[in-house]
Amino acid sequence: MLPLILENVSYTAGGRTLINDVSFEIGAGTRTVILGANGAGKSVLMRLCHGLLRPTSGRVTWYGASGTSGSGRQAMVFQRPVLLRRSALANVTYALKLAGLPAAESLRRAQVKLDVVGMAQLAAHPARVLSGGEQQRLALARAWALEPEVLFLDEPTANLDPHATRHIEAVINAIHESGTKIIMTTHSLGQARRLGDEILLMSGGQIAERAPVTEFFSAPQSEAAREFLSGELP
Amino acid sequence: MVNDFAAALSEALRLIASADAQLAQIVALSVRVSLAAVAFAALAALPLGALLAITRFPGRQALVAVLNALMGLPPVVVGLMIYLMLSRAGPLGQFGLLFTPAAMVIAQAVLITPIIAALTRQVIEDAWLEYAEQLRSLGASNTDAALTLLWDTRFALITVVLAGFGRAAAEVGAVMIVGGNIDGVTRVMTTAIALETSKGDLPLALGLGMVLLAIIVGLNLLAHWVKLSAQRRYG
Repeated sequence: MLPLILENVSYTAGGRTLINDVSFEIGAGTRTVILGANGAGKSVLMRLCHGLLRPTSGRVTWYGASGTSGSGRQAMVFQRPVLLRRSALANVTYALKLAGLPAAESLRRAQVKLDVVGMAQLAAHPARVLSGGEQQRLALARAWALEPEVLFLDEPTANLDPHATRHIEAVINAIHESGTKIIMTTHSLGQARRLGDEILLMSGGQIAERAPVTEFFSAPQSEAAREFLSGELP
Repeated sequence: MVNDFAAALSEALRLIASADAQLAQIVALSVRVSLAAVAFAALAALPLGALLAITRFPGRQALVAVLNALMGLPPVVVGLMIYLMLSRAGPLGQFGLLFTPAAMVIAQAVLITPIIAALTRQVIEDAWLEYAEQLRSLGASNTDAALTLLWDTRFALITVVLAGFGRAAAEVGAVMIVGGNIDGVTRVMTTAIALETSKGDLPLALGLGMVLLAIIVGLNLLAHWVKLSAQRRYG
């Protein structure tokens, strides 16, 4: 279903233009990191790509997905994981059943993925009383179990401590290596360096710069990029 | 007067303690009628409230306002409407339900369906704010989402359903009109209390009042405890 193509996409809400005439194409293989300050429009852009929001103008298309949403092949993990009031395992099988998988296959896949993210021990545990890091790992396992072609991650470690963040980043890399296209937002430069192959810098609802990660950090081309990089905290 | 009250109270306690046949029969009928009413009402109101919380359509806000207003339906008016429907000449007259427990079940169910639906709508709409994006991302339809949220808010909804039960069991005007307060057939706690008080048989009225109070307070304490322990366990 890749590439994902945005053509002159704008999004306006409450009289404010949050995304302003954005066009780009995202292909398979690389890990794309959407970088930007709070309020730059990262999350909105991601929701437009995922189909949770409809552009006010412009078009979002997936290759070969004309007429269909193609949503079965994409998944999203949110900054604050939304888990159901049931066991960790049941949270994963719930998503798989919605995707139309038979119960036996759902159970098998869910168990495998919980094991891979290191949560096999917690499978029977009520999901909403897990720690923040465990909840986010569970959300990743749930999304991964869907075996999506594209996985969107919206600031997946924004609420987590460094230890949990490392754990989550390892899982994201494992998902990448399993062949799923990663598109994630972050405002952390360190995370962008660690996880990104290419950077899309957003500023004021527009794409300020797009570059491979090494070039972006060594030789930023745009004023917005230089400014963003210079604002980095130690 | 104080002595009268003390005498009535001790006689009431004696009736309860000895499981007086008349008292027990009235309590049993009350509980049966209100349980049936709350079951039918919940069956309709829970899905209705959930769908109203999740779906978006023109006129939805007006419908929500009407539903909220219906929470305050005057019981005697509901009783009168059900009476007209069930009376011989009414559209449902052929079933001969007037002055039977079934008529009382219908009246109580009509009375509490808007209450359960409106409170359910509020509970589910609050949850939907949190769940909406995740569930839509997973491809849930409105029906999927409604069922998921009904299950996920189950502990809060127990309290909602019990509020409906309490209202049904405590109601007097509607069941008086459609049931007729016939001794041994349609006499429930509330109608018996009204009648016995006016007759001056305070012990039976007081005894029934205490049982009614105990049932409603007890159930709500139980619901509160279930909710708290479930929250601790499931988050």
